[in-house]
Amino acid sequence: MSALILIELNGSEVSSNSRAAITAATQLSDKIDALVLTDDSANAASVASLDIINTVKVIADSKLEHVSVGVASKLVAEAMSDYKYLLSGSSTYSKNILPRVGALLDVQPISDVCEIKSHNTFVRPLYAGNIMATVESSDDTILMTVRATAFEHSGDGGSATIEELSLPIPEPKSNFISLQESQSERPELTTADRIVSGGRGLGSKENFALIEQLADKLDAAIGASRAAVDAGFISNDYQVGQTGKVVAPKLYLAVGISGAIQHLAGMKDSQVIVVINNDPDAPMARMADLVWEADLFGALKELNDHSL
Amino acid sequence: MKIVIPIKRVLDPYTQARVNKQTQLVDLTNAKMAMNPFCEIAVEEALKIKESGAAIETIAVSIGTEKTIDTLRTALAMGVDRAIFVNTESDLDLQPLHLGKILANIVKREEAQLIIMGKQAVDNDNNQTGQILSGLLDYSLGTFISKFQLSDDGKSAEVCREIDSGIETRKLNLPAIVTVDLRLNEPRYASLPNIMKARSKPLESIEISSFDIDVSPRVKVISVDESGTKDRASKQVQSAEELLSELSQLGVL
Repeated sequence: MSALILIELNGSEVSSNSRAAITAATQLSDKIDALVLTDDSANAASVASLDIINTVKVIADSKLEHVSVGVASKLVAEAMSDYKYLLSGSSTYSKNILPRVGALLDVQPISDVCEIKSHNTFVRPLYAGNIMATVESSDDTILMTVRATAFEHSGDGGSATIEELSLPIPEPKSNFISLQESQSERPELTTADRIVSGGRGLGSKENFALIEQLADKLDAAIGASRAAVDAGFISNDYQVGQTGKVVAPKLYLAVGISGAIQHLAGMKDSQVIVVINNDPDAPMARMADLVWEADLFGALKELNDHSL
Repeated sequence: MKIVIPIKRVLDPYTQARVNKQTQLVDLTNAKMAMNPFCEIAVEEALKIKESGAAIETIAVSIGTEKTIDTLRTALAMGVDRAIFVNTESDLDLQPLHLGKILANIVKREEAQLIIMGKQAVDNDNNQTGQILSGLLDYSLGTFISKFQLSDDGKSAEVCREIDSGIETRKLNLPAIVTVDLRLNEPRYASLPNIMKARSKPLESIEISSFDIDVSPRVKVISVDESGTKDRASKQVQSAEELLSELSQLGVL
């Protein structure tokens, strides 16, 4: 009953959501291997030093830089032949590839697993996380993405064997043109201990700078509601919620966010939730541990001026 | 070029989902239903492409019980040319793999060059059907798109994808499947004359049994519960001083 983890790399670093998938796999299997698709086999080094992993299967080819999902899913499906489970951390990377692997293997994948009940029974969210469903798979092979906020992130300290798979790389049907990456000196949103998040209430991109200032002061990542992203205050990769990122930091400080269920879905598991809003009846306030009902700009100025 | 738009009828996204304790399913009896919001965006994009002169026909497809026809009529009222209704007779627990197989049949029959669909349905939140369909057909795929531009020769499309690290731009060879994200467009409303006109647009019904696909659930729902969002203490604070001191007591600063 071996398990394969599809590793997502950020540069040469293993992503935190892949580490959550490794932890989840320990509840299913004693023999856990990793699979990594990369343009440079040197990137396998960081995977080999992961704790828990036995063997790292590496498919390295210069053609795999910004690989198309069609090519990636064919390679993953081939590498899967000896395994019962394929796990990956929930992200746009795994959500792109895994279902397509499911089509090739005739398997129904399971999205966003939050809890493993048994070898074939899992808990996953429906309706933006308002409903939790316990589901049982009857497939011989089980493919799943797991929520990075629901499992501990496994550490380093292992020394896995590296095995290079030399598979022919199929011809792609789509080609990479460019990636417009958001550069930030701040902690990464999905792994940050603290997040300061802004909503429509801030009113403008210029005012959103007050959120950035507070985030810097608290050494926090920046988040945003869909409304703030739609209004152009900040780019899409900062969106927290059902269709954005799911986070569970120690501190989630929401400023000017009313709290649509789609937003709550992305942050409800945060340890401490603070709401600063001028509307005490907004749904967000009920979710909060601490509520400061105040004019947003006055409150932000007071916080930014206060010494820690 | 024909465009196929698979759409889904879901619980209205602004309605709180409730569990029926007896059936252990989400209770949809008398609930307000609507077209999945991502599907509305897919319909809008297909209509824009048709209006630009690049497509000859737009075809909405939906799979479900008789009530699903309402959702197809909404798509027709928005401006889609015709609709295909796959009748499941009863409430089957159809999963993305089943849906992908049914849709693959329809896409091939229609010889569609472009399939535009929502990136996920807001009920089951699977985010899978477009990807599965692309795998079954071995077509190019662009998920989570926020921009779509057909090439002048109509043989490829440039898409912007909203991914975790930013925005990726790719060129997809046609035939292609794209799954749409929220910022692609603002869907139009159906006007009253168009709602009237939609009643006479072609709507074909196909029995699900005619596809010869095993639709038994691969992943069975055992139970559901409303443990989703819990209210918290909502302790009031009045100043930055008070807030920061509370936070340091909680050990989160």
